[in-house]
Amino acid sequence: MVKKVTVGAVVPWPGSTAENKTGSWRTLKPVIHYEKCIRCAICWMYCPEPAILKVDPDKYPAPEGKPAIAKLPAVEIDYDYCKGCGICAEECPVNAIEMVEEVK
Amino acid sequence: MVVMTLEGNEAAAWGARLARPDVIAAYPITPSTHIPERLSEWIADGIMDSEMILTESEHSALSACVGASATGARVFTATASQGLALMHEILHIASGMRLPIVMAIGNRALSAPINIWCDHQDMMSQRDTGWMQFFAESNQEALDLILIAYKVAEDRRVLLPAMVGLDAFTLTHTFEQVDVPEQEEVDRYLPKYRPVHAFLDPERPITQGPLGTPQHYMEFKYAQYEAMNRAKGVIVEAMEEFGRAFGREYAPLVPFSPGGEIVLVTMGSMSGTARVFVRGARQEGESVSHVKVVAFRPFYHSKLAELLAGAKVVAVVERAFSYGSVGPLAQDVAYAMHRYGIKAKLANFIVGLGGRDVTLRDFSEVLETSKRILKGEEDPGVFWLNVAKEEVLKAEEVIWNA
Repeated sequence: MVKKVTVGAVVPWPGSTAENKTGSWRTLKPVIHYEKCIRCAICWMYCPEPAILKVDPDKYPAPEGKPAIAKLPAVEIDYDYCKGCGICAEECPVNAIEMVEEVK
Repeated sequence: MVVMTLEGNEAAAWGARLARPDVIAAYPITPSTHIPERLSEWIADGIMDSEMILTESEHSALSACVGASATGARVFTATASQGLALMHEILHIASGMRLPIVMAIGNRALSAPINIWCDHQDMMSQRDTGWMQFFAESNQEALDLILIAYKVAEDRRVLLPAMVGLDAFTLTHTFEQVDVPEQEEVDRYLPKYRPVHAFLDPERPITQGPLGTPQHYMEFKYAQYEAMNRAKGVIVEAMEEFGRAFGREYAPLVPFSPGGEIVLVTMGSMSGTARVFVRGARQEGESVSHVKVVAFRPFYHSKLAELLAGAKVVAVVERAFSYGSVGPLAQDVAYAMHRYGIKAKLANFIVGLGGRDVTLRDFSEVLETSKRILKGEEDPGVFWLNVAKEEVLKAEEVIWNA
């Protein structure tokens, strides 16, 4: 087994925390129902990881008949780092995020 | 060199001042309060160019020291007793992060009952925190050992923190003549700390104090084990260099009047009393020697065994205890004897807890008991000296019979 050992456990490789894919800890997985999502970004604000990303408005469908919402950035979940805490689902004002059992 | 009349705390403060620390973080506690007090005066007067951080507790003081040392600064602090106990978890962090912090300890008893006077229980209770531990016998040694401690702690082969103990009141508040070295001499002996593994540099971002999973943790602990082993050689080098630079000889273990059948082993200020006793006893024809332990961590087991060669009774006289076992110094002496084949009997004498004076009469009792052990008239074991054992039993019996 090759180990990275340094004096005093100093980590001289910046950003190495990203190598630790904390999404593997998850037992429940948030799923966004885009037909309900009003793109308020409350989930993005509350996510402690942060594992909710703002992405291009056109990447996901917006609720029907809501052209103004369709112009806002969409949100998506970064499953590499989402630990499945469920805060996003708890905070979503329109119940657009559902926690489903993680199946691998 | 200037000869000054200094109390032990002032001598320790001079040691720190001459080491030119970048940062001092401290919280006052009897009996070491005068150390940060004097240092803060010198800083306020513009004599010292150090950042003084006054914290709300010893836990915070050492935490600030860890943070400052992690930026690559030379750091000093001082505490005692309950203060050192409150630092406990941060002591492990300083050594685990391999930060060469130096700390002076006014060796004081631990509560309860509350007691501000001398014994070695405070440092002994921190024995396993990965810090080097030195015990001064005099105010001069308190000053000198702080400089030696920095020299060793900052050595790239070591990078471990160090504490220097000076006995409460017997040293901390007692005035002695102290040779205070010139700043230029100290600067030559102890150049500026140049950190190589832990420092703050925006061009070279690093993480310090990360998580160590089971996959990695043990390697870092093994590194501390190896560093402490290497420190044994580096301490001897640093002491020899100190002797050449300042004309005062130091060694991790100091033998006196060697070759006796009975060998007394002590640490700290009672070592002077032990030597006076041994000198007198020798004149009366007694076969008794003395070894002073200056470096307790790392402990020089093989060197001690060399000094104990030919001994028939080894009498470890100490001011601390490990309840349910024997004194901490006796434990190391026992290992040294077993490991290196010293066949002598080992007796452990507990003296001077909570500031009870350790006198020539105590050492007479140590000698008489050791002679009985030598003749096979008494089993070696643990002996508490100068303590009202009957009164203690009476008090316990009241409870048993209640």
